[in-house]
Amino acid sequence: MKRRSFVKHIAHSLAAPGILGTMGFKLPGSHSLSSLLRMAIDTDRVLVLIFMDGGNDGLNTVVPLDQLSALNKVRPHVVLPENSLLQLDRSEVGLHPALEGLKSLYDEDRLQIIQNVGYPDQNYSHFRSADIWMSGSDADELVNSGWTGRFLNETFPGYPDSYPNEDMTDPLAVEIGYGSSLLFQGPQSAMSMVISDPDFFYDLVDGEEQPAPDTLAGDKLRYVRLIARQSQSYGQTVKQAADKVKRQVDFPLTFIAQQLKIVSQLIAGGLKTPLYMVRYGGFDTHDAQVEESDHTAGEHAQLLQELNDAVMAFMKDLEMQGTDDRVVGMTFSEFGRRIVSNASLGTDHGAAAPLFCFGNAVMGGVTGENPQISSSATYDDNLDWKVDFRQVYASLLEQWLGTDSSVISNVLNGDFESVEIIGERTETLSAASQVSRDLLVYPNPMKDHVTIRMSPTFEKVSVDLIDMAGRKVLNIYKGQIQSPKDLIWNASQVPAGRYFVSVRGPQTSRMFSVIKL
Amino acid sequence: MKSHNKSDLLPKNYQELLLKYRKQEPVVLAMGDLPKSIRKTVNSGLQHYTGEWSSTQRAHLLKRCMFGIDKDDLNSVDSLSMDEIVEMLFQQREVTPPVNDYNEVAEAEDPDVPFGETWVNAKHGNDWEGPRTVSLKVWLIRKMLLQPVGLEEKMVFFWHNLLPIQTWGIFFGKLSYQYFDMLRRNAFGNFKTMIRELTLNPAMLIYLNGAFNIKEAPDENYARELQELFCIGKGPNAKFTEGDVQMAARVLTGWTFDWEKWETEGELEAVFVPEIHDSSDKTFSSFYNDQTIAGRSGVDAAVELDEMLDMIFSNQETALYICRRFYQFFVYPEIDDTVEKQVIAPLAELFRNHNYEIKPVLEALLKSEHFYDHANIGAMIKSPPEYIFGLWRAFGVNTAEEDDLTANFLQHQGLLWYMSALGAEIGDPPSVSGWPAYYQEPSFDKYWITTDTIANRAIASDSLVFWGFWVHEDLSVPADLIAFVKGLTSPADPNEMLRETTEIFHGIPVDEVIIGQLKKILLSGQDSDVYWTAAWQQLMADPDNEEYKLVVENRLKATFQYLLQMGESQLM
Repeated sequence: MKRRSFVKHIAHSLAAPGILGTMGFKLPGSHSLSSLLRMAIDTDRVLVLIFMDGGNDGLNTVVPLDQLSALNKVRPHVVLPENSLLQLDRSEVGLHPALEGLKSLYDEDRLQIIQNVGYPDQNYSHFRSADIWMSGSDADELVNSGWTGRFLNETFPGYPDSYPNEDMTDPLAVEIGYGSSLLFQGPQSAMSMVISDPDFFYDLVDGEEQPAPDTLAGDKLRYVRLIARQSQSYGQTVKQAADKVKRQVDFPLTFIAQQLKIVSQLIAGGLKTPLYMVRYGGFDTHDAQVEESDHTAGEHAQLLQELNDAVMAFMKDLEMQGTDDRVVGMTFSEFGRRIVSNASLGTDHGAAAPLFCFGNAVMGGVTGENPQISSSATYDDNLDWKVDFRQVYASLLEQWLGTDSSVISNVLNGDFESVEIIGERTETLSAASQVSRDLLVYPNPMKDHVTIRMSPTFEKVSVDLIDMAGRKVLNIYKGQIQSPKDLIWNASQVPAGRYFVSVRGPQTSRMFSVIKL
Repeated sequence: MKSHNKSDLLPKNYQELLLKYRKQEPVVLAMGDLPKSIRKTVNSGLQHYTGEWSSTQRAHLLKRCMFGIDKDDLNSVDSLSMDEIVEMLFQQREVTPPVNDYNEVAEAEDPDVPFGETWVNAKHGNDWEGPRTVSLKVWLIRKMLLQPVGLEEKMVFFWHNLLPIQTWGIFFGKLSYQYFDMLRRNAFGNFKTMIRELTLNPAMLIYLNGAFNIKEAPDENYARELQELFCIGKGPNAKFTEGDVQMAARVLTGWTFDWEKWETEGELEAVFVPEIHDSSDKTFSSFYNDQTIAGRSGVDAAVELDEMLDMIFSNQETALYICRRFYQFFVYPEIDDTVEKQVIAPLAELFRNHNYEIKPVLEALLKSEHFYDHANIGAMIKSPPEYIFGLWRAFGVNTAEEDDLTANFLQHQGLLWYMSALGAEIGDPPSVSGWPAYYQEPSFDKYWITTDTIANRAIASDSLVFWGFWVHEDLSVPADLIAFVKGLTSPADPNEMLRETTEIFHGIPVDEVIIGQLKKILLSGQDSDVYWTAAWQQLMADPDNEEYKLVVENRLKATFQYLLQMGESQLM
């Protein structure tokens, strides 16, 4: 073994995420040339995934109003009274009464419901179905990496060897809740920073200590944890981001709300991290899903109330921080629940279910038809899927994160027809929150006329369009930028694809990743 | 007589060879300013322990006496009493010396030793001493990794730390092997005998210059460390003088080895050469009761060494010092007045009463109330070999077939460089004082943990859990988590499964809160234990089903990653 190969190994096997509150990693960041040309996400856009552990009952979350008579017949133990439902305009669905906030988002076109999401050959095991959702695989395919893990691996090639570096100082993904999930496992390494418990986050940010026993062993434990905290490669950047945010709206004291509070804090603090996952459990409502005397109360109502209140606080906080245009959220669960209810006031494991996308940028409305419920449904019947869950992933990757179609095919191991999630309004994205940037191109993706906003340079620079291979496609501008400048440029002649707008001078180097449609 | 110089003993291209074969730069751990921890008073003493004898106590005993434990170790002592286990720990086993296992890796042939034959009797191999030195180290690692329930390997490591050489500096595999063989033979024998053998050990004669200590130009190096580091120590009452160092050096003049045999086969032995011995009287200080060792001439003068050792061993400090080192290594690194009085003093008395027999002293310590005092459980940070071999042993990671020499060489060499990256390359402590974690106040075992080493420790556990521990370019070895869990007593019950697992890896007995955290991960957030039980039983009913395997493995990976990254995993 050569000396170099061992040293390389130490760097290369920096394959796992750091877990806050336990231990973590530190590697000196090194700047690699190739990272300059990586397909960076330079849109500042964030996708937040909310995992509802246990299998959420879709039929009692988004109720198909045109199927009420059948529902009353086949799920008498849990069905919600019609007059309790929050009817949504321009649709035939009613939301669970606990979701009043989500209804208001719907009314503002900031909530989109996608009906009947699932996959062929539904697996009814929690573990396996959650793995299928997280890996983005077929039901009969065994894949031990996650779809976002593969996406990040394609987007940040060479991770974790040369990360953090000056181009990407921040974690590629942050997941909160429990340990590391399959979602962010890449082909060779895990791509996320794990905050296994919100308390650990405050241990880091506030320098607080987890309790340790008042013994000799406790003394050693405190020491090990202290050094582990110092070794966190991303600990400092995360702390700095968190420290920038002095004020947040009040979040409820629930597990899910406290996780979203951290997400909002990190986004507002300027982390360039594009992906977050939060999670909470309890949706496995085999019994006591509802109260016998009042079906609008019970465990499921409680869980949806927590979701509603957490998402509303999150949206309010995003608005207050001025980051609301940059964030889209998506909920998911490993499966829906059975059509037919059981005598324990609950429902058993099911198949397809609706999911929510929310944020200023979503199109809003209800995508897809209501499921058809037969009044003669039996215990074995399940809802068919109409939208493959990977269609939703592909749509968000393409429409929100601006991912190239070939990359999406690689990530999802196939081509999935997209559904429209992100509305037209996103072209006006840019604005207030991004003025401080040295270089900004919008709208992005671009069609014809775009604005290239540049802060002053102290020397003569060349503004060029560079292709993915690093070749100069054309020159846009030459000269010194004396004062903040908006350059209007017509990109209509440029072939579709991914590019960088580069501003270069002897001492200047700025890049912005753009997509030409 | 030809005069000799230490540098003559090394090959001409030594620096080049060192770079070639010592592939990992030695990592020297340094410590910043840290608050001194406060040693809370622990009143228990050396009385025979008669308290609770549960798996907590058994695991504590084995962890302190071995390099990590696995479930089989725990099972094998499950029904044994404390006395029975301690007796079991002192069993010694036959040792077969290291062999040429390096030819295939070196892609050349050692001209003096055929592949598979031992090199410990071969003549000096010049360039081949690099591979032989590595061969010795991987042999030692294999013994630590595959140790049965027993104290032998830990004792070899203890003595190597207390009475060290640096094998890269010796650069003569045969001599380094002789040194380790001497430590092993005396591991729990007689300490005085060991010190006599150490004094005349050829590797030590080179390392601390005894071989170059002649009457015309005495070299005090060994004479100093014999007192300061090996026997008397630096305790408050260790008041030997500079004069004592000089006198001891003069006693030791004449002891060297037969230079003619340097280039021949067979063991190199110390010889006494009266011509270079200082035959004047040696008078020691009041610390040694002003004793005078009468100077002699001729072969009779060799007896001066024994007279001096008698003198050193009749001093109270020797037993006190060694017993403190035992205590710091096996129990807890800091010693306060209570421990000195309750544990060290009676232990030292026992040591002296048994004429420096090691076994009775260790037995008393390992059976004492103090050893099992709740305060001392989990209170030490694992050393690099305890941590790394602990992981490997617990997971049963061993890819090399017993008779595949090259595979063994490569695997254990991978571990060797990993140990080095964690700050403890076996065979080469950073100085004659050993590793600072065992002596440097006030930090002691905290030395092992720096921002770099803790990251490397986490990489070791994470890579085992996920993508495979990097052994060499063509081999990364993952732990078989399913096999591990299968080896537990109650794998299907998530609470018991996690408790048994933490008992192996964690230093502190687990509580409900931690079990709850771990179970949340294991159950992927589900609340019902049944989901783990069902997934496990499903796999056990159809063990080759890839889907069931993946489901169980995905749960275990996240759970074990977290469990092994917890601070508690660094403790024992």
